[in-house]
Parts: sequence; structure tokens; C-alpha cells
Amino acid sequence: MQLLSAFAAGLVFGVGLILAGMTNPAKVQGFLDIFGMWDPSLGLVMGGAIVVGVFAFARAKRLRRSLLDAPLYIPEPRRVDKRMVLGSLAFGVGWGLGGFCPGPALVWLGTGDAKTAVFVLAMIGGMAIFELLQPRAK
Amino acid sequence: MTIDWQHFTPWASLAGGVLIGISASMLLLLNGRIAGISGVLGGLIAFRQDQPRLWRVLFLAGLLIAPLAWAMASTLPVATISADYIELIVAGLLVGVGTRYGTGCTSGHGVCGLSALSLRSLVATLCFMGSGIATVYVVRHVVQASGG
Repeated sequence: MQLLSAFAAGLVFGVGLILAGMTNPAKVQGFLDIFGMWDPSLGLVMGGAIVVGVFAFARAKRLRRSLLDAPLYIPEPRRVDKRMVLGSLAFGVGWGLGGFCPGPALVWLGTGDAKTAVFVLAMIGGMAIFELLQPRAK
Repeated sequence: MTIDWQHFTPWASLAGGVLIGISASMLLLLNGRIAGISGVLGGLIAFRQDQPRLWRVLFLAGLLIAPLAWAMASTLPVATISADYIELIVAGLLVGVGTRYGTGCTSGHGVCGLSALSLRSLVATLCFMGSGIATVYVVRHVVQASGG
């Protein structure tokens, strides 16, 4: 049941990204181009998602386990640190340059597009570099 | 600032956003997990063996199958990728490393974190939006304008 809900959530997420216009890098860059011809659409994507999401997170805070009796993995509130700020800044540079963030890139990979595949391979490479640089737990 | 009314798609983007919110709510309330794509994918390639993996694989499979499901009902929208292969490799590496050090991407911080009213996620979102805006400014109005 949990595996089915994970798959369904992924499918709904992917269809949402396509409908929203997020899988078109030119549109994403149009949203980030506030000093040129600005396309504000993607602000509404985030707004629409958050309006729904706040209810789910408010509900989850009152739960001990998920509705399918799984443990809840909600990140503990942590302080802002330099590592997170620098990482997020680097992510934004890549996002602006390619026009892809991780979700839309994976969705568009499903169309078999070669350029998207190159981006996704590089992204997985970047995540692997991060893993290699982590101190090993004994 | 000039608004690009020609490409503005308020209703489709709002509806797409609502679907993303529903998906994030499903994964949270049913599976107890955060729908942050970089976190879901990153956990899959992490070397720690204690990480449950099957739900990650299935969530990502849902993402990958979305264009196929869409194509059965309608025609897929176009995607214009103006970056060349070298730029895409650099962009991919930055997104991969950056989202892992940043502990999240547009979905994890921008959607889930802000929905949870996390200050940390707000800071992260402002960081990647800010550097994204700066990057597009340089690419579109400095490099291209100078014919580079």
C-alpha cells in the first residue's frame, strides 16, 4: 500500500510539473528573468503547492505515525548554516544556467530527450561527488 | 521589469502547483516522507545501506512515467533547452552538489519547507532564487548581449 501511494504521489507530482510548465527550461528561465521579459507563472506554481501543503504539514505535526502507519520523517528544525547557504547558492546558479531543477529534469528524462539525459547524468554525478566527500560513518 | 503576458499561464501553473501540493501531502501523510526530489534521489545513491529504497524507486518511477501518462490523454508541451551540452553538464553538477549541501531543492525547500513554515527553508529558497536570477541575468543580458 505504501509502495502504491509512493508511485501515485510521483505520478501526480510529475503530471503537476508538466501542467505547470516547469518541464520547459525556457519558461523557468523566463521566471528567473526579472530584469528582462518576466513570466511570473512559476510563482503561482509554488503558491498553489504551498496553499495545499500547509494543511498537510499542520496535520502531520499532530500525528505520531502516518495514516498508513509509517514513521514520520519530518526534518528537525535546524539552524541556518554556511554549508546550506553556499549549497543553495550553487544550486541556483545551475538552475538558472540549465533551466532545470531536479524534479522537472527527471520527468522530462521520461520523454527520452538526449539533452535532459546529459543534465540528469551530471546531476547524479554531482550527488555522488557529495557522497564521496562525506566523512565515512564507522 | 516588464511582464511577459504572452507566455504567462496563470491557471495552468496554479493548477499544476495544486497537483504538486496534493502529491507532497500524499507522500507526507501516507508515507511519512518529504517530497523533496533531490532528497529522494540523493537517498537512493547514498552509500548508507540502512536507507529504505523501494519507495524512492517507485516515487521516481512515477515521475518518469508522467510524460507517458500525459501523452495518452493529450500532446506533451514543448520544452526549449537553450543551454548547450557543456553548459548542461556544468549546470547538472552544480544542481547535484548544491542541492545535497543545501539539503533540498525547489520541492524540498520551496514547496515542503515553506509549507512547514520553516525559516531555514525560506533562507534556502531566497538563496537559490537569488543566484538563479543573477545567473539568468548574466546569461541573457550580459553574455548574449555582448555577442559572446
